[in-house]
Amino acid sequence: MSKRKGYYASKMKRAVHMLFYRRHKKPGVKGWELRKALGSDYPKVLKILDDYLKALDLQVKTVFEGEKALEKPSLEDLDKARFYITLRGDLTPKEAKMIGWRIDDLAGLAITIAYIISKRGKVPRKEVEELLRDKLPGWKVGLNIDRYIRYGYLTQDENEQLYLDWRTRAEIDEKALIDMLLSK
Amino acid sequence: MQSKRERVKIGREKLQRIIEMCKSVEERSLDPFLINVEEIIGIIKEYFPEWENPEDLCLDAETIHHLASVIKLQSEWVRHRSTSLYTDPFLLEEKLARIDKEEIVEAFLQAWHPIVEMEQISLHSLAEATRYWESLLPLKERWKGFPPAEVEKSLATREELIRQRILRDKAFSEELENFWKELKAKVGEKGKIHYWDFVGAETYEETVQRAFLTSFLITYGYATLEIHPLEEEIFIKPNEKPITKIGKKQLVSIPITVSSEDWMRWKKGELK
Repeated sequence: MSKRKGYYASKMKRAVHMLFYRRHKKPGVKGWELRKALGSDYPKVLKILDDYLKALDLQVKTVFEGEKALEKPSLEDLDKARFYITLRGDLTPKEAKMIGWRIDDLAGLAITIAYIISKRGKVPRKEVEELLRDKLPGWKVGLNIDRYIRYGYLTQDENEQLYLDWRTRAEIDEKALIDMLLSK
Repeated sequence: MQSKRERVKIGREKLQRIIEMCKSVEERSLDPFLINVEEIIGIIKEYFPEWENPEDLCLDAETIHHLASVIKLQSEWVRHRSTSLYTDPFLLEEKLARIDKEEIVEAFLQAWHPIVEMEQISLHSLAEATRYWESLLPLKERWKGFPPAEVEKSLATREELIRQRILRDKAFSEELENFWKELKAKVGEKGKIHYWDFVGAETYEETVQRAFLTSFLITYGYATLEIHPLEEEIFIKPNEKPITKIGKKQLVSIPITVSSEDWMRWKKGELK
């Protein structure tokens, strides 16, 4: 193994440890933490890791501050961004069930997220409850919304307004979801 | 023709209504274009010359502040509509109502890439934890370092009580006499009053001061205590004349706690 290859291989290992194992309350690692641990060329290390993970159907996902995806992020943008390891492809309904999601709960989450996106990112909780009550039993609706909030998909303010939270930004391709729902 | 006062009054009402309207748009995510900005600016301009009080000028500034928030929402709304993410919520609602949950899940699963994370203990972290445990002192040794703060107990002199503003700097007997008169006035024809109803005051400091004076009223025979232990009620009964009991009866001390918690409970009407 060349010296250069060895250098990146060891950095990639360190990056895997940091990204796969939860270090804080929330998963993911901030760019500046990676810079501190891997050096200033950490974007290159992540690129190599991302290529390596392709074969395993995983990817390094970057979530920039301010909810917007950036075409050409600066080093400062990367330092402030949060990095996660996510699934690259998609799960089958059977697999989703295996990781603890009932079809009803997943459908409720999909509807809630799509509805919040269509309403420019902010919806009164009552409106979402009404929407879900159409297809889910009433007693389950509140519990489900609380669960989505607990997992970090949604957040709620003191006026009972629902917003999308960090997990939605990390895990869901919002545009693809809306397009797919409208094409059904 | 409206008087100046009437115009000011109407102007205030109009600005308050505008603020409420803007707030409901901000908080309930209503369509920001429900608000006619031009018309509102007209109203603000119309009444501006009437404002003289700082309160009215603040109201004017608050109105402009809320209006600016609505304009910001309008600009965000236009920007969102121009993006590829914009979907008519009604269209989407219609769609969601028509398709079944299997189809919704199918669509969602194609857009969902869940985070992969592991929670696993490693040999390294176990070794680290063992080292930490070994170096950790037992609780009884660690807590020895923080002895509870002890408060020294001693008798308070009258001067100290004056310094701490528990007593006022006037002749104590005169103060006691006045306090006795107050008790008699409060008791009226009933002949007695609940301890806390007499001692309790607006502030806790004042309450402590009144409890202190009450104890002297009783010790010096200006009043007596009537205690109903089963009901847990204590009454104070003023005597018509101070009665000296020393030598006639055995005196007993009755401790009554006047803690800030009790005072709070009394304020809430939970304590008698």
